[in-house]
Amino acid sequence: MAFERKHILGLEELTAGEITLVLDTAESMREVSDRDVKKVPALRGVTVCNLFFEPSTRTRSSFEIAEKRLSADVLNFTTIHSSVVKGETLLDTARNLEAMGASMIVIRHPMSGAPWLLAKELNSSIINAGDGWHEHPSQGLLDLFTVRRLKGRIEGLKIAIVGDILHSRVARSDIWGFTKLGAEVRVVGPPTLVPKYIEEINAKPHYNLEDAIEGADVVIMLRIQRERQDSEFFPSLREYSRFYGLTRDKLKVAAKDVTVMHPGPINRGVELSSDIADGAEAVILEQVSNGIAVRMAMFYLVASARRTS
Amino acid sequence: MADKVVMDSDSVNRTISRIVNQILERNNGAAGVVIVGIRTRGVHIATRIANEIEKLEGIRPEMGTLDITLYRDDLRQKTEWPKVEKTEVPFDLDDKKVILVDDVIYTGRTTRAAIEAIMDFGRPSSIQVVTLIDRGHRELPIQPDYTGLKLNTLSSETVRVHLKEADGKDEVVVVKQ
Repeated sequence: MAFERKHILGLEELTAGEITLVLDTAESMREVSDRDVKKVPALRGVTVCNLFFEPSTRTRSSFEIAEKRLSADVLNFTTIHSSVVKGETLLDTARNLEAMGASMIVIRHPMSGAPWLLAKELNSSIINAGDGWHEHPSQGLLDLFTVRRLKGRIEGLKIAIVGDILHSRVARSDIWGFTKLGAEVRVVGPPTLVPKYIEEINAKPHYNLEDAIEGADVVIMLRIQRERQDSEFFPSLREYSRFYGLTRDKLKVAAKDVTVMHPGPINRGVELSSDIADGAEAVILEQVSNGIAVRMAMFYLVASARRTS
Repeated sequence: MADKVVMDSDSVNRTISRIVNQILERNNGAAGVVIVGIRTRGVHIATRIANEIEKLEGIRPEMGTLDITLYRDDLRQKTEWPKVEKTEVPFDLDDKKVILVDDVIYTGRTTRAAIEAIMDFGRPSSIQVVTLIDRGHRELPIQPDYTGLKLNTLSSETVRVHLKEADGKDEVVVVKQ
């Protein structure tokens, strides 16, 4: 099967076959990182721009390493805007980067849908590195990849996603990815942070942590953004942590070989107790390593699709 | 379209045995020799070479497999990019004698890509190229060290190497288009 997408914008629009192809390609890419010389010439002469309108350390670094391991030329463009960035400004910025020779643009933007706007208006290939509360496809794909490597499959697994579902683009990409590949997805959090439409995208809502993680093969903990505690979604961090923080005791109801994941950065003692974060079930650092292989696969497949279109 | 069988099962086996003896002769045995096969059919031939060396010398050389997709020089032109398969070289290549195995050598571009890939794994003391069929038409200054059979072919013809492991029987066929 050939990959025919010039852009990777979200997991909602990818088919199960396309997702599987990304994961298979990432398996081959992983080995490059184990070599003495961690570089292959596949994207020589291709300029990739990382256009970040939100602060990000790990995602941007991971994209940059992936680009460099494929021998692409990398241009980092970071602007942090506190106010809403107007469509015109965003487009002008991106057009400038294209004029400098960038043929792929990795974009993170606080507005949901921003990557789609660029995909429509530009010739470059667009890769969504997180848009608003909407999607974070590379994180979703690396979560799928990490689970598939550990469990040997996705189909039939029980996945619990815990925390601030409402504001989480990771949750949405994970829900689309895992359900497309045949897993059962449950979400849990305070009722204020579990959106009403969640059942429409095939995730089962829970409001009690133990109910959601009972028998779960994978528990994905989301980061609680500390700035949310002032906006009345929950009374206090302490109370949140008491009800929805994962501890060894609460984890007992999950499957025996449960895996705990977190997209990072973790708030120790809030979402996760330290003994879980550092425990045998947690694969948080493995997720980070896998992220490079998955992003390399995304670049390779998008570049190959550019040739055919 | 007419197919011409240029090697049958017996001659494929005899040829591989002969190449194994040449490898052992030139390298004074199997010490320091590692075998790396180029996907897909080169890997099967490489495995047979490793098996025979083990039978003759009593030591099994280390074996790796190479997928050269990410090193191709035609990625900027190719309309459809091939799927990237796994590369596995789970040992140190420094100061090793690398026997690089492919089924057919044609333009030499695959071999060039494979040599570049091997260099990224370390600094071998030598790289020696094995091919079952040399069908001519080189576009790069690359020659095999061990050749099973040299064929005069037309560019319009296709050489198909069938191996038991992948195709059910050993046979080399020239297909005229």
